[in-house]
Amino acid sequence: MSGAPENQIPAIHLAGIDKRFGAVHANRAIDLRVAPGSIHGLLGENGAGKSTLMKILFGMIHADAGTVEIDGAPVSFRSSAEALAAGIGMVQQHFSLIGAFSVVENLIMGRAQGSALSRLTRKLDLPAAAARAAELSERFGFGIDPWAKVSTLSVGARQKVEILKALWGGARTLVLDEPTAALSPPEADELYAVLEKLRAEGRTIVLISHKMPEVMRLCDRVTVLRDGAVVGNAEISARDTTDPKVRAELEARMVDMMIGRESPALPDRAPQEGPLILDVRGLSDGHRLGPLDLQLHGGEIVAVVGVEGNGQSELVDLLMGLSKPTDGLIAIDNRNVTDWSTQKRLAAGIAHISEDRHASGVANDMSLADNASIGYLDGEPFSPGPWYLAWRDRVRFTEVLIERHKVRTPSALLPMSSLSGGNQQKLVVGRELARSPRLMVAAQPTRGLDIGSASAVHHALLGLRERGAAVLLLSLDLAEVFALADRLVVLRKGQIAGAMTAAEFDIDQIGRWMSGAQDTTPDTTPATAPRKQEVA
Amino acid sequence: MSDFFTIALFASALHLAVPIILPMLGGLLCERSGVINIGLEGMMLGGAFGAVAFSYVTGNPWLGLLGAVGTGLLSGVILATMSVLLRGDQVIGATAINLVGAGLTAALVPIIWGIDGTTPSVPKVPTPELPFVGQIPLVGPLLAELSAIDLVAFALVGAVWWVLMRTDMGLRLRACGESAAAADAAGIDVTRVRFIAVTLSGVLAALGGAYLSIVTLDLFQASMTQGRGFLALAAMVFGKWRVGPAFLVCLGFGLADAIALRAQIFTHDLPHDLLFALPYVLALVALATFVGRATGPADVGKPFRRA
Ligand SMILES: Nc1ncnc2c1ncn2[C@@H]1O[C@H](COP(=O)(O)OP(=O)(O)OP(=O)(O)O)[C@@H](O)[C@H]1O
Ligand SMILES: [Mg+2]
Repeated sequence: MSGAPENQIPAIHLAGIDKRFGAVHANRAIDLRVAPGSIHGLLGENGAGKSTLMKILFGMIHADAGTVEIDGAPVSFRSSAEALAAGIGMVQQHFSLIGAFSVVENLIMGRAQGSALSRLTRKLDLPAAAARAAELSERFGFGIDPWAKVSTLSVGARQKVEILKALWGGARTLVLDEPTAALSPPEADELYAVLEKLRAEGRTIVLISHKMPEVMRLCDRVTVLRDGAVVGNAEISARDTTDPKVRAELEARMVDMMIGRESPALPDRAPQEGPLILDVRGLSDGHRLGPLDLQLHGGEIVAVVGVEGNGQSELVDLLMGLSKPTDGLIAIDNRNVTDWSTQKRLAAGIAHISEDRHASGVANDMSLADNASIGYLDGEPFSPGPWYLAWRDRVRFTEVLIERHKVRTPSALLPMSSLSGGNQQKLVVGRELARSPRLMVAAQPTRGLDIGSASAVHHALLGLRERGAAVLLLSLDLAEVFALADRLVVLRKGQIAGAMTAAEFDIDQIGRWMSGAQDTTPDTTPATAPRKQEVA
Repeated sequence: MSDFFTIALFASALHLAVPIILPMLGGLLCERSGVINIGLEGMMLGGAFGAVAFSYVTGNPWLGLLGAVGTGLLSGVILATMSVLLRGDQVIGATAINLVGAGLTAALVPIIWGIDGTTPSVPKVPTPELPFVGQIPLVGPLLAELSAIDLVAFALVGAVWWVLMRTDMGLRLRACGESAAAADAAGIDVTRVRFIAVTLSGVLAALGGAYLSIVTLDLFQASMTQGRGFLALAAMVFGKWRVGPAFLVCLGFGLADAIALRAQIFTHDLPHDLLFALPYVLALVALATFVGRATGPADVGKPFRRA
């Protein structure tokens, strides 16, 4: 599978690809060969140029220089339509589905063949397309209802629809840009099985990922980008992925190529005793959550884990005042805030890193400075009076955030949409950290971040804890939870299925709580020793 | 009261609805593709004027209709160039169309005919009565009052609905309005789809104007559309950007207009201006009350640019 790609005609051959966005040199003379029937990893820090390179392959961005060959034949796609027609499918880093459409409409849009007249007059055969979608979904065990409206689907299901969409035209080559960033571990496992199946069918896959375990499991070969240029390639043979020592060495080598240093280990944490900050009692949204009790003290990180869709988003919305509870109380620092507006809660010292930065975290067309100061506008430091925004200060503040969180951008005045996915996340996280909150509600704070940046966010969250703040961490990444949390609760069907402290962390027990399986060993054996896990 | 609500009243309601329906269809196509079009009024005036001018010059009212199509294409292409190709602000571009449409047509009347305000009569499109329809039970008498041109306008409603909701082209167009980025990733040429939709909206609005000038009447008068382009927009919003409901709202506006006209004959106590304001008052009240949160296509108003 990993045979030297030089001997065979590569499925994809990019040569000398160069692309600038104004002052940003996103791709510098990149060469990339992808062997047919292999999974090729594309790694690199946030802003290294991975998405740009793949969008060039897919015809969505036009390179300033360089050539593309598919199966040895030179191509020059002017649009994604041409790439699709040539048998390339791509799953974008950010969802590119239409929420108001059904799954099947999303799958067939733009795909019909035939004359313009027939496409203008002939009825679309949705039932036939739906039958095909059901069949395809069946084949990969997706269980997607082709008639479901996309906006009603969970993030995991949407990701599957994206993959169906990429495969729809019978693509032989698939590009996946961080497909598991928003998936829970079991969902990601399902996806890995699908990708392995696709490879076994002889399809070629390019996988962009920041998750090393995933790369080690799936990829035959990786290419690492830094600063828009290729810094190295690595082969991953079957032997590497089984021998733990070789594996660790290889991982370290790839991380080194990516960020040029090792990510600093997290500091030891002493347990802290702080005052009660968040007190939630009998909270319910009358539908998907509750009744739920939860207490957070200063100097404590409490993780909420669970399969997505078990009440996590509802909990966050209630805490932030984005929806109204039907029952129960929320108190912050002994003040009942249940009826407070979001604005008032922010002023009371709650900060919120939102789970889906595109749905609620950022305004894509607004500048970084606007985005960085949203939520601060009702008082110091940017609005000395009600009629006046301190524009200069906002820009300066944004520049401080950019500097502090290593956001890769030439200017605070560019629109948010010009940032790479991970860099958008860094700015949002930076903005919320800068509030110096009493309570941080952090939902998937490291989603889409590279290893170095994720580690920086982990340090920052621990820093908040050190300063006596309370952190509520919602994460799908158990390694992250184990590394940070003092305590965790498992949410299932809107209720707390179980709780444990850091000393008791036990991945099997958590899994049982998450899935609702019967607890086979009730209290007879002492809690098993926590598994040590490296933070990705 | 029974001689107030007569067949004639409903027939006149349908006649009065047509010049709202046509621009409504145009506006709907345009906005479902993601481009705001508040320029319908100006496009209608252009069409009304173009129809009269061509009918006058050629002596053939059918060529007058063709002239309206021409001015519609022109105004549509201008707006599409400004808002789709050059990615200018869509509201500003359309406002410019309205201002130029009103100003230019008013200014051209004295230049061509040498008189201000209203043109002399030009050949008007014949409105042949439909044979046999009178015999159809129930709706027969009403249909007998309509002309083939009216029926074509109503058929267009069905055609637009069919294309928009049932065909591949319609799916592409709606995709561009919901998410230009998603449509682009799916291989849809967003710029092209939007350009065509905006141009088409110009043609449909212009035909609505021509209906006023050389089907209903036989002349052009400055500002003769009297806000129907904006009523068409209101109908689209009431109808939540759906063809069927928006069509019904247009019929409602037509009925309100017809009632105002007829009430003028029946009573002399009510101020006429107030009566003619009826559709607009209805529109305002409805917009402010039961339409509630009317949300259009998700990506409407946002220019699309590829990296
Ligand atoms: N449309 C654009 N306009 C301006 N700059 C852009 C644009 N798209 C990307 N860039 C810049 O190009 C660089 C590479 O971005 P790219 O999205 O390829 O990064 P990436 O490797 O995919 O990162 P991530 O892991 O965060 O997704 C970044 O510095 C980004 O800010
Ligand atoms: Mg990216």
